[in-house]
Order: sequence, then structure tokens, then C-alpha cells
Amino acid sequence: MSKNLGQLDRMVHGAYEAGWTTDIESDTLAPGLNEDTVRFISARKQEPDWLLQWRLKAFRHWQTMVHPEWAHVHYPAIDYQSISYYSAPRRPGDGPQSLDEVDPELLRTYEKLGIPLHERAALAGVAVDAVFDSVSVVTTFKEKLGEAGVIFCPISEAVREHPELIRKYLGSVVPFRDNFFAGLNSAVFSDGSFVYVPKGVRCPMELSTYFRINARNTGQFERTLIVADEGSHVSYLEGCTAPQRDENQLHAAVVELIALKGAEIKYSTVQNWYPGDADGRGGIYNFVTKRGIAHANAKISWTQVETGSAITWKYPSVILQGDNAVGEFYSVALTRGMQQADTGTKMVHVGRNTRSTIVSKGISAMRAENAYRGLVHIGAGADNARNHTQCDSLLIGDRCGAHTFPYIESRNPSATVEHEATTSKVGDDQLFLCRQRGLDPEKAVSMIVNGFCKQVFRELPMEFAVEAGKLLEVSLEGAVG
Amino acid sequence: MLKIANLHATVADTPILKGLNLEINAGEVHAIMGPNGSGKSTLAAVLAGRDGYEVTAGSIEYQGRDLLALAVEERARAGVFLAFQYPVEIPGVSNMEFLRASLEAVRSHRGEPNLSAVEFMKLARATSQQLQLDPEFLKRGVNEGFSGGEKKRNEILQMLLLQPNLAILDETDSGLDIDALQVVADGVNALRSPERAIIMVTHYQRLLDYVVPDYVHVLADGCILRSGGPELALELEAKGYGWLRDDAA
Ligand SMILES: Nc1ncnc2c1ncn2[C@@H]1O[C@H](COP(=O)(O)OP(=O)(O)O)[C@@H](O)[C@H]1O
Ligand SMILES: [Mg+2]
Repeated sequence: MSKNLGQLDRMVHGAYEAGWTTDIESDTLAPGLNEDTVRFISARKQEPDWLLQWRLKAFRHWQTMVHPEWAHVHYPAIDYQSISYYSAPRRPGDGPQSLDEVDPELLRTYEKLGIPLHERAALAGVAVDAVFDSVSVVTTFKEKLGEAGVIFCPISEAVREHPELIRKYLGSVVPFRDNFFAGLNSAVFSDGSFVYVPKGVRCPMELSTYFRINARNTGQFERTLIVADEGSHVSYLEGCTAPQRDENQLHAAVVELIALKGAEIKYSTVQNWYPGDADGRGGIYNFVTKRGIAHANAKISWTQVETGSAITWKYPSVILQGDNAVGEFYSVALTRGMQQADTGTKMVHVGRNTRSTIVSKGISAMRAENAYRGLVHIGAGADNARNHTQCDSLLIGDRCGAHTFPYIESRNPSATVEHEATTSKVGDDQLFLCRQRGLDPEKAVSMIVNGFCKQVFRELPMEFAVEAGKLLEVSLEGAVG
Repeated sequence: MLKIANLHATVADTPILKGLNLEINAGEVHAIMGPNGSGKSTLAAVLAGRDGYEVTAGSIEYQGRDLLALAVEERARAGVFLAFQYPVEIPGVSNMEFLRASLEAVRSHRGEPNLSAVEFMKLARATSQQLQLDPEFLKRGVNEGFSGGEKKRNEILQMLLLQPNLAILDETDSGLDIDALQVVADGVNALRSPERAIIMVTHYQRLLDYVVPDYVHVLADGCILRSGGPELALELEAKGYGWLRDDAA
């Protein structure tokens, strides 16, 4: 945790010192969505015409699409006209003026997570001028990365500086026609990260960004694009925190990963966006499209620990395009209170000898609903493809639910597809054993849950694993009894 | 140390303990024997405070306090230890991590400082060796894939680390081969001291050859039917439980 926040700190202050935001007028676009909105965003970002045309095409297509209804989640219809689609950094003066004006419950949580005071203020949306909404933060690592030839910058900057890469790869894995939310994102995406790792380069550090949603009623439409050229290697960390708000906020991001021949991309997420209160008020609606394409001998690995959001709809996927490509998905999704999660993955085997591994750990507490939805597709040419899926659900209490929807499509008889699923309850006898040994019930539950998740935590970079463990502990408070 | 008076307890509304009396002083070892289903494990569960075991009458005094007023973990921190008849698994939680958390909880309640990671490792290793457990086994998940004998020895390991005032061993000897029994008995004897008391629930005289009790009680039909010295166990071994009931009738 501390390491990540240290980085965050540096990023935040680095940006501030650079006076990076001073040339942008501080404003939030009035709610509403039409072609003018799209033009406004594009103009604000001084985008070239090809990108504006791409956004407009996406927007026109999106208007013909319907909101997906198949997921195992329930929420009132979203009014896309009531959302603001652009928010630049705020001036001091908006939002809470000091920590005294922030919900003490929220501050207690930050304290437990070991977040330093000024950072807590930032996370809580206190109007310090280092808090950003839709605009990415320049990192201080840029120079060091530059020496290795690694490009890591806001995607809006990449549009200006590296248009040939963006034109080639943007939308190449997740086209705007892909799904409703991807279409919306393509039309109005605000910002996000771009990474390019040149041939044969091992990225000298973990790349990390913190996404934060701070302003009221601003949908978040990040766009992340990571290109690992042949034989390169990169590990990317995404951490997310949203302050507490009464209204539901929409988040529809798109992440595209491209692993060229022999490259490896490891993408880790720890997500603890505001889940809403115990009655389901507020919280983030998180509808995210994450997909990677792995060329021959390449490897893409998604690891995620999700404890936040009111609704999560998310299926990080890998297209195993080239021969011997490897795809992995390790996931912990914790839902409590009234949270709903419908998550899973898709592994699409195209090349020969492609291998995929899926380990999904779902935890539900209180009245939460947790669904795993996984698709393993074996194409006709995917000789000797192999998939192993392990899907475990853990229930805490008896008013929550876990659902598993595995879909397997195999067009090649030489493929091996294995699926294991278990559902267990945090047993009274396990709890009793822990308490008989002196542990209080909350500590006992968090220990049992952490044990359940160990297989996934092992895949996270060290400091993220610690953070993930703490997050679960904090998230589970009050879930017992 | 422990004074149980007229204890009545039900499980799922079925009366199991029906007026049980038992008094145990510091320094004593008591064996409780009795037919299957007579309520021995129920007594152990009531002492430890397990949910679902309802005390409908009577009292339990532990070190001068009302034991029944304490939560499960409070009893544990106050020195009540239960070695389970059927130890459960906690997958993914290493034995080491579990033992350490448990020891920290108990020690901090006693006002003792936490052990450093190194001190703790040393202690845990030495104690496992004493029980002839491979220290590698500390790294495995709690009881995860342990053999029956390993599970029982793991209970004794926990007991020796926590140094309870009142240890209740529920059939810890069942399912142990003779060597393991010796190891477990040595562990129990090592805990024996003038400040501590031990309750051993067992079916077999065998254990009592190694850990010689001060008192033997027969629990049947929810109360103590007969109490005596170690010779009572020998008598039971020879004659079974039937004659006691006939006697009582
Ligand atoms: N959880 C339970 N639910 C219902 N009955 C139980 C439960 N636990 C124990 N009993 C019953 O209580 C009685 C005493 O059981 P127990 O204390 O385990 O006996 P012992 O340990 O002496 O063999 C038995 O008749 C058993 O079936
Ligand atoms: Mg029993």
C-alpha cells in the first residue's frame, strides 16, 4: 500500500509542481449526450479530425444499440442524458472544504487502509487542487521509462505524440461495435493510459495508475491501451478508489491489451470503488470491457481483486490468436451489502497449443449477489488447446447468493476443457475453531476469506497483495453475525 | 478453578445435559468417560461456549467468574482451551499464521508482549519437534490434508503454545497409533502443573496409562453417574458401562 501511495503522492505532486493543469479551464460539461457533446470533448482535447470522426462513428452506432439485459444484476434504467461527459480538474472551492465536512465513516476506512492524511482528503473529494477527474496525471517516471524506450503517458497525449500507434491499435481489440458500453466509451472517452513497450524490452518498473472518480455526476470513460511489442514484458497495476456519493455514478471503461509475438502483459487491478450504503443507495456502476489479444507465444494475465462498486459487470478476456499463446485470469470478487457483481472472463482459443487458466473466487456476504460468467471458446483450428477453470464461491451468512454460468464452446475435438466449481460457506465450525483460539469473529472471518483467496493473491505484485488483504478485511467489517 | 453446578443444556431443543455437577481444582487431571452419545462433547462445547448449545439451568464458575457470561473468544483468552474431537480445515490459512494470530490474541489479553517473528518461529519449531511433527507442516493450511493423527497432534501443538489454564481434550487419543499416543501423552504431561487443570474425554484406559488422572468420572444420560480414582477406569475397561446403570437403578 504505502509504496503505491508513495507513487500516487509523487504523481499528484509532480503534476502540481509542473503546473500541468493551469492551462485548462476548470469546468464540467452540462449533462447531456449528443453529437455536440462528442465534438466538445474532442475539441477540448485538441484531437485530430480522424479521431473525432472515429468518435462520431462510434456515437452513431451506439445510438442503434440496446442496453444489455442478460447479466444477473438489477438496477434502475440509466438516463444517459442526465450524465455529464466531461469534467476537468476542479478549482478549490468546490466540494467539501475540509475533512470536517466528510463522512467520518469514510475517513475511518481510509485510516484503516493506512492512507496518509492529506491523501485521505484527496480521496474524500476535498477540494485540494491536486485532485483530478477525467484528466490523467503525468508521472515522474517518464524519463526513466524513456531511456528504455517505454512510452507511458495519458492517451490524449499519445494521440498527439504517437498518432501512428494509436491509429493502428485503438479499437483493434475492442471495436466500438463490440457492446453497448464499449460503444459509449468510444464516443466519449475522456482519458486513460497508453503504454508501448518496444521489441525485446523488459519494462524496468511496474506501471501504475490510480483512477479516481471525484466529481458529482460525471461518468468515467477511461480508455487504456497497452501494446507490448515482440518479446517484451510489462506489468501494469490499476488501483481505483472512489469517494462516497449519494447518487450512483457510471463508469464504463475500455482496456485493450496487445501482446505481440512472445510478449507478456500482466495486468493487475485492485478495485474498491464506493459500493453504496447498506440499503443500496449510491455507489459506482462499473461496466467495463477489458480484452487482450495474445499473438504467437505471447502471454496475457489478468489478475483482479474487486471489493467495490454497487454493480460490477466485467469480463476481462483473452483472444489466444497465435500458436502457443497463454491466457490467465485470476479473480477475487467480494460483494457485500446490496452489491451485485456479474464478472468472469472469456478465453477465445484460436491458435494451436493455446492454453488458458481461469481461477475465480467469489465471496458474498449479507444480501449480496455474486455471479461468475465464463466463456471458453475453442475454435476449429485450435488443435490441442487446453483450458482449466476453477470457480469457487464462498458465502458468509445465508441471505447472499452465488451463481455460476460456465459456457463452453468447443469446435475442436483435440481440445481439453476442464471445469471445477465449488460453493462453501464460512463454516460455523471454522469460526468456532478460530474464536476458541482467541480470535475475534471479524478477524476470524477475514482470515478464512484471505485463505480462500490465497491462490489469487499469490499472482499479485507483493505490495498489491498486502493491499488486497487489507481491503478484504476492511470490506468485511460488519459482515459477520 | 471450575465449578459446574446442576448444569442443564439442550441441543436443538433436546435436553442432553441434565443436572451435571463437577468441581475441578487447579493442578488436577480429570478423565471423563462414558458411552457414545452420553453428552461428553456437549459438555466440552458448553464449556467453550459454542453456538447452538443452550444452557437452560445451572451455573459454571471459572476462576471465580461466571463463565457463561463470556463470549467464546473471551473464554479462550481467559485460558479455556478445547482440543477438538474433529478438528476442521481452514484452507489457504497457514498453520503458522493461524498459530501466531491465536498466540497474539491470548498473550495480549494476558498483558504479555507479542513475540517477534523470529522468537515465534523458534517456539513453533521447537514445539512441533517435541510433538514429532515436521516443521514443514507449519507452512501448510490449518489441518488441510492432515492425517487424523496429525490433526490431533496439531491440537496439542496449539495447546502447548497457548499454555491454557483449563485444557479440555475431547477424545484426542482416538485414532492414534501407540507411538502417536505416547507423543500426545507426553505433551499433556508437559502441560500438567499446579496452576493448571486438564479434562480428558476418552473411551480408552490406554491413554490413562500414560497420563494418570487424579479423578475419573462416568458421564451417562447427561449427568455424572459415578466418580472415582484411576481404578474406576480399570473397572470400566473390564465391565463396560452397563453395570453402573444397573447399580444406579
Ligand atoms: N448439533 C447437534 N444437533 C442435534 N443433536 C446433537 C448435536 N450434537 C450432539 N447431539 C446429540 O447430543 C447427544 C450427545 O452427543 P455428544 O455430546 O456428542 O456425545 P458424546 O460426545 O458423549 O459421544 C447425542 O444424542 C447427539 O446425537
Ligand atoms: Mg464426543
